[in-house]
Amino acid sequence: MSSLVIGMAKNKFLLNKIEQDFAPYKKILTTLGKSNPRIVVLGADLGNSTEIDEFKNRFPERFFNIGTAEANEINIAVGLAIEGEIPFVHSFGVFITRRVYEQICIQVAMQNINVKLVGTIPGLTSRLGPTHQAIDDLALMRTLPNMTVIDPADATEISQAIPLIAEHQGPVYIRMMRREVPKIFDSKKYQFQIGKAVQIQEGKDIAIITSGIMLNQALTATLKLEKKGIFPTLLHISTIKPIDKPAILKLAKKVKTIITIENHLITGSLGSTIAEIIAEKGFDITLVRMGLQNEFATPGTPDYLFKKYKLTDDNIVDKVISALKKLNNDKLKIKN
Amino acid sequence: MAKSVIELKKIARKIRVLIIKMLTEAGSGHPGGSLSIADIITALYFEIMNHDPKNPKWPQRDRFILSKGHCVPAQYAALALCGYFDEELLMTLRKFNSPLQGHPDMTRTTGLEISSGSLGQGLSVGCGMAIAGKYDQKDYRVYVAMGDGEIQEGQVWEAAMSAAHYKLDNLCAFIDYNKLQIDGKVEDIMNVSPLQSKWTAFGWNVLEIDGNNMEEILNACYKAKNTKDNPTVIIAHTTKGKGVSFMEGVVGFHGVAPTKEECEKALKELQEEVI
Ligand SMILES: Cc1ncc(C[n+]2csc(CCOP(=O)(O)OP(=O)(O)O)c2C)c(N)n1
Ligand SMILES: [Mg+2]
Repeated sequence: MSSLVIGMAKNKFLLNKIEQDFAPYKKILTTLGKSNPRIVVLGADLGNSTEIDEFKNRFPERFFNIGTAEANEINIAVGLAIEGEIPFVHSFGVFITRRVYEQICIQVAMQNINVKLVGTIPGLTSRLGPTHQAIDDLALMRTLPNMTVIDPADATEISQAIPLIAEHQGPVYIRMMRREVPKIFDSKKYQFQIGKAVQIQEGKDIAIITSGIMLNQALTATLKLEKKGIFPTLLHISTIKPIDKPAILKLAKKVKTIITIENHLITGSLGSTIAEIIAEKGFDITLVRMGLQNEFATPGTPDYLFKKYKLTDDNIVDKVISALKKLNNDKLKIKN
Repeated sequence: MAKSVIELKKIARKIRVLIIKMLTEAGSGHPGGSLSIADIITALYFEIMNHDPKNPKWPQRDRFILSKGHCVPAQYAALALCGYFDEELLMTLRKFNSPLQGHPDMTRTTGLEISSGSLGQGLSVGCGMAIAGKYDQKDYRVYVAMGDGEIQEGQVWEAAMSAAHYKLDNLCAFIDYNKLQIDGKVEDIMNVSPLQSKWTAFGWNVLEIDGNNMEEILNACYKAKNTKDNPTVIIAHTTKGKGVSFMEGVVGFHGVAPTKEECEKALKELQEEVI
């Protein structure tokens, strides 16, 4: 991840510079455990990898390693939740969604049970190949009634979201980053809220909408664009569901092109939700969806994969410029 | 052509050497479970299974499914030594665009029967192949290797039930009983024992062996071949990290590659091993 100076201190929510925070989830989960004895934690033989080991050491009586048995893990959590505990249930994003979809659908979502699903290593950040790349997790969870779906951008959002998720009555799926996590939002000035988008820059004609870690690349892209005298609107949406419709409608009234950027397939999550909203309201807007197109990704490192699937800051710059050119019938002159 | 036990042991050692080299070169991967399963994989590819590296899709070939897909470096090494592909390819493990990725991908690698990496699914696929063999009156056998942590997945037991139900005596499963999974000892995380009586109750012919002992592996495979009506499970007591003293029984070497220094130490040990 780049540690490029954002230089966007003009936006009050952002830090001046992207920082790194080590294992924010591990810390907040332990803090939450201290203040709320109802929090129980379940793992599936991925303790360290999902950063629940510290909770286990602090609260062994409310920690359960179910082993390599995710379906059992989900339904044990259901039992715990019915009895009034607040289970946080862990595995990699692929296993905690795809593998146990019906258990989640019927026992969690359909009954609106208070189970919190935490899926580690989102999308192309996984180095373990396609069996371990959660590229459809948001789509799967979004399609379930009652489910709240969160794709946080950074360490600040993670630390702020977890206590809110614990308070929230009902099932939640959150994607989780581990180890070195970028910190973009200033935790003193920004407050994450479930269901609220945040506008980072107000521009015209073109809007970029990001979810999850793609905010990082979008910020460096807007910096590069700024140097060329181009100012797109930048809206960040970390709650995929329920999505902040008012914020999207407000934006849609002002722009002609929307570019969505997600660390996910372009189907079923951010891009699709925006498409549905603008189509249903009859907006005359061109939508460009950046993300994994209709394909499974290859194995690789995150850097390699984000390049390969055209999700870098430069790819965003290119998309914005070509959208602008289209709007201006190719007559636009752009500074280098 | 039958190989002597000594020859097989030497091949197993060669496979271990290659595992260490590949993982060190890749800088990531799973040494522990690859080393524990190395003898079983050697016995299958170099003695027990009918297969033809020149004709990988030969319809009569015996099938091998590595359900615990994270240990595929052991299988890659065996495939290379058999001649399915060049040995040099092994050093491209986990590199961009290499056919040899961290988890088995049947669409990329010659000689793999299925893709895996998500645990607990291989035995079901093996059942399907064994049923097809019976239906098509082909006399190939199907071998499936699973981890002892892996068998915590409920699907394994659904498959176990099916195999007995369909009397799949052409199916033989191995449990690489190395007593460790990612988070620690299997018995502490989610105890799977007693295995013998569980599999017996599920209708399987159960054999229990030292899974790092070549003679015992071979004998068990012959017994399995001669068993009629029931599928056979070979509960193979093994040592995770087998052959490299500082990896043996060490949970930390589940998914961490050796460093350069560790690699040298490991290779030295393996080369000095008396066979
Ligand atoms: C469905 C699924 N859940 C979790 C994982 C993550 N995982 C990879 S290896 C492993 C432990 C497996 O232990 P075991 O089967 O004993 O393997 P071995 O000791 O032979 O390496 C786990 C949990 C996975 N690959 N698939
Ligand atoms: Mg094991």
